[in-house]
Amino acid sequence: MDWVVFVVAGVAVLAGALGVILATHPVHSALMLVLTLFGVAVLFVAQQAHFLAAVQVIVYAGAIVVLFLFVIMLLGVDRSENVTADPLPGQRPIAFLAGLGLIVAIFLLSRTAWVSGAESVAGAADGPGSNIEKLAGSLFTRYLLAFEMTSVLLVIAVVGAVVLARHSPSGGVRGSEDT
Amino acid sequence: MSVPGAWYLGLAAMLFTIGGVGLLIRRNVLIMFMCVELMLNAVNLTFVTFARMLNDIGGQVVVFFVLVVAAAEVVVGLAIIVSIFRRRADATADDISLLRG
Repeated sequence: MDWVVFVVAGVAVLAGALGVILATHPVHSALMLVLTLFGVAVLFVAQQAHFLAAVQVIVYAGAIVVLFLFVIMLLGVDRSENVTADPLPGQRPIAFLAGLGLIVAIFLLSRTAWVSGAESVAGAADGPGSNIEKLAGSLFTRYLLAFEMTSVLLVIAVVGAVVLARHSPSGGVRGSEDT
Repeated sequence: MSVPGAWYLGLAAMLFTIGGVGLLIRRNVLIMFMCVELMLNAVNLTFVTFARMLNDIGGQVVVFFVLVVAAAEVVVGLAIIVSIFRRRADATADDISLLRG
């Protein structure tokens, strides 16, 4: 049963990822991204990370992909892209070779060097109590400072987005004019 | 728990590679951005897998922080993309070369 879940979710993840990079239409890419994100959420559930699976669906598939679709529609770029044009000759073969080299290097490293870590440094993941209790217990004690820092980061991101996306009062674009 | 963690790590490596290749071969900045999300998800899957293998909740806490940083990154990145598109109608990554020497 575990293998069935893993294989189905893994196929969904890889098919969605290939769909993202092969689809010519940006909206199709965004929908394929949803497939990948759901597959990853299923794999989270299969590994007892229930809270993260819920957050994955709500934040990623819910908010981030909707934001992507919103920007695609807002900018009116929902038309197919000519993917056969290759203004930089040799870029794609080199990219495929780099990807192949990357995955071969990862698998070779995984066969030779396994780093063995200490177990349960920040607390056990199994045992009594729900996943969300253990996650919250670790988040609000050991990682409290980092947690507060993320709130600062989010405020900075929101202010930055507002500053970047607003029109200037004079009507023109701010900064240097483009060519 | 019959599926060994190495299978999850292999799947995450493949997902990361697909994202990286997509980042290199696509020219639409929005799709390049989605490929970055794919790579972040591969890393999240790796963290959750190690959290299970080492029986350590810390891996899942790191995934939580990665999600927050990814949300902030998407907000700022899409704002930059919107302001680029406001200047020129069809911005592929090749067209954004104003700083080219």
